[in-house]
Amino acid sequence: MAKTNIVAKTGNEAMAEAMRQINPDVVAAYPITPATEIVQIFAGYVADGVVDTEFVPVESEHSAMSACIGSSAAGGRTMTGTSSQGLALMAEMLFIAAGLRLPIVLADVNRTLSSPINIHCDHSDTMMIRDAGWVQIFSENAQEAYDNMIQAVRIAETARVPVIVTTDGFIISHGMERIEILDDQEVKKFVGEYKPKDYLLNFDKIVTLGALDLTDYYFEHKRQQIEALRNSKPVILDTAKDFAEKFGRSYGLFEKYKLDDAELAIVAMGSTAGTAKVAIDELRDKGMKVGLLKPRVFRPFPKEEIAEALKGMKAIAVMDRSDAMTGHEGPLCLEIKAALYDKGINKTLVNYIYGLGGREIRLDEIEAVYKDLADAARGKPQENVNYLGVRE
Amino acid sequence: MIEKKTKPGWKTLPEGDVIAGGGTAQEFKTGDWRSKRPIFIPEKCIHCLTCWVYCPDSAIMVKDGKVIGYDYDHCKGCGICEHECPVKGKAITMSLEREAKPECKEGGKK
Amino acid sequence: MVNLKEISKQKALFTGGHRACAGCGAAIIARQVMMAAGPNTVVVSATGCLEVVSTIFPYTAWNVPFLHSAFENAAATISGVESLYKSWLRQKKIDKKVNFIAFGGDGGTYDIGIQALSGAMERGHNILYVCYNNEAYMNTGVQRSGATPLGADTTTAPFGKVKKGKEQYRKDLTGIMVAHRIPYVAQAVVGNWRDLTGKVEKALSIEGPKFINIFQPCRLGWAYDPAITCDMGRLAADTCIWPLYEVVNGQYKLTYKPKVKKPVLEFIKLQGRYRHLLKPENQGILDDIQAITDKSWEELLKKEAPAVSPVA
Repeated sequence: MAKTNIVAKTGNEAMAEAMRQINPDVVAAYPITPATEIVQIFAGYVADGVVDTEFVPVESEHSAMSACIGSSAAGGRTMTGTSSQGLALMAEMLFIAAGLRLPIVLADVNRTLSSPINIHCDHSDTMMIRDAGWVQIFSENAQEAYDNMIQAVRIAETARVPVIVTTDGFIISHGMERIEILDDQEVKKFVGEYKPKDYLLNFDKIVTLGALDLTDYYFEHKRQQIEALRNSKPVILDTAKDFAEKFGRSYGLFEKYKLDDAELAIVAMGSTAGTAKVAIDELRDKGMKVGLLKPRVFRPFPKEEIAEALKGMKAIAVMDRSDAMTGHEGPLCLEIKAALYDKGINKTLVNYIYGLGGREIRLDEIEAVYKDLADAARGKPQENVNYLGVRE
Repeated sequence: MIEKKTKPGWKTLPEGDVIAGGGTAQEFKTGDWRSKRPIFIPEKCIHCLTCWVYCPDSAIMVKDGKVIGYDYDHCKGCGICEHECPVKGKAITMSLEREAKPECKEGGKK
Repeated sequence: MVNLKEISKQKALFTGGHRACAGCGAAIIARQVMMAAGPNTVVVSATGCLEVVSTIFPYTAWNVPFLHSAFENAAATISGVESLYKSWLRQKKIDKKVNFIAFGGDGGTYDIGIQALSGAMERGHNILYVCYNNEAYMNTGVQRSGATPLGADTTTAPFGKVKKGKEQYRKDLTGIMVAHRIPYVAQAVVGNWRDLTGKVEKALSIEGPKFINIFQPCRLGWAYDPAITCDMGRLAADTCIWPLYEVVNGQYKLTYKPKVKKPVLEFIKLQGRYRHLLKPENQGILDDIQAITDKSWEELLKKEAPAVSPVA
């Protein structure tokens, strides 16, 4: 097993550390709370000559992603970080990066979207760009954030799809945790050398990137992109398998916690999954058969696999830390419903919108959700969508 | 030009919004845009290359530093070359495309 | 010094087969800039006429590496390309000398692109930004831009019963660039190839951010016979509507002074976008244009450093 160090780091510090070890060619970024620290710490590495990275302190997030696109298209390994309004401002460029098939890795610290302006955690920013064609990986804690950043580089460069790795704003980004850091050389070996296919700084093979497609070519290029996103799934799994073999920590498309023999399941992403695990342990001691399904990869959505994992449940609660403004369910719930429907699984499914704008989600609230599910399993009718933790 | 029936499908098209190779636009003919056509008068030409440096469509053919004629596949008939020609009496005249001399009628490099 | 005969023997870096209008000034600019820049150049273009006509899949008129990402970010995009180059130089992954040139229309430069441009210039990237300025958003159908001059007729500031075309003066973006204290800023026109190519060569020989604002006559948006495209550029210089000058490390130098300063009417009367100004009731606007042109010209002359330094 590879050499590791046990250190105390916050989510942001862990991501910055991963970036230091990855040593990308270019980082172009703009500060925004609560992601600022990632690039701040990284700028410190640059100032001390600890990395080879060219750091571009751009004047807006839109320019950050534009510069990342320039660098990646030119053939460089490129990374950045942002949150919320920053992600929203660069949204146009996110679609473009994916369409240009550039393997950019973005660390997003989940913060809610304005208005009202609020700097705290929810998933509305990452959910906003779920159509952009990026692989989206949610991290539960700082360890996962660190491990995901390292895997993301390989996933992006192999699949030629950009990857966003998220952590929950302030909860994880600023929460100190005990994590295992890998050896510099091991990380370097794991991510390997980036070998771009078509790139601007190759004067032996001139390319034009970003041409205009009329109605006769756009659909074909998009179809390729759709296929590439689908094909990123096996790449994610292969990368995780290699990571597990080398470093001992296993990742997949999602994590099951005491789910196999459970009757009542919660589906939740990010740090809430961690709280749910504690609730599960307590309720299991009381004899309730409860479990958790924690999606790790939200895009491409692992539809069949999740439906398979949930098919034996009596009642399921899907917890959404954002509202997609559909007028009914939240975004994760919509995906789960579609997944179950396609497999003919018609179980009681209740949606809980929670934690918006950093509203804390407590242990007793999660336990209450399981109690609702128990009632639901016994036939008590449930509201389709509940708003957990809001004052009425 | 690439005909509709031979356009590649998504499986064979090179991946991504990439055009490999430079200057592939030369395969696209814009000569049929013309309503006026420049006629080169070689005996008057002083080979200053003024027409060449100002042609927006790179339609003036130059060999060994001397003008040899027009690429009628790409000339759009804008008339800049004739206007800029510094020679007294001009080494270029503009003629209506539909009245162009028979030997020029078929287009193609002269 | 660009030697036409020598360049004509080399492969064209901006070829024919693009879909620009007949007589397009932007295509002339692209060709001439590339003649001065040479093959070791990476080009980034903003969305706009030049990008659209030259890169319709699968045809590209560019014989150098080329990237287009979006409309407002040519400067930010090329900052990324140039940053990678610096990173690779440091890591000894590349040792070739490469030019980095961004093209943007006045739309993508004066207005929506000004933030990215300003940021890139302030950060000091080793890039040349070329604005091909045709004084309106031409690619989308001649809408007014921050570069549109007073009195011009555009589709979003048309000359009508109540409104008289563009009612504001255009921005002095060249001045804004000088205020960024970058090592080289210049103005050029289509129609003076020696001046234009000379400025590009000079710019590319200087380390740091450079900006050249090139006046680009547009036969479609301005409505004139395409054959006189180059005349239009030269007239702009002769009327002092678009002076030809460069600012090297803050020192102004005019590269062309008309022997006889022509009245602006000589330039205006040839264009359909100004035809309403020929009506007697609009003489006031014409006078205004002449006045602002004269004022700007006088101010520019004052900025020029004296040719001979005073003896101590």
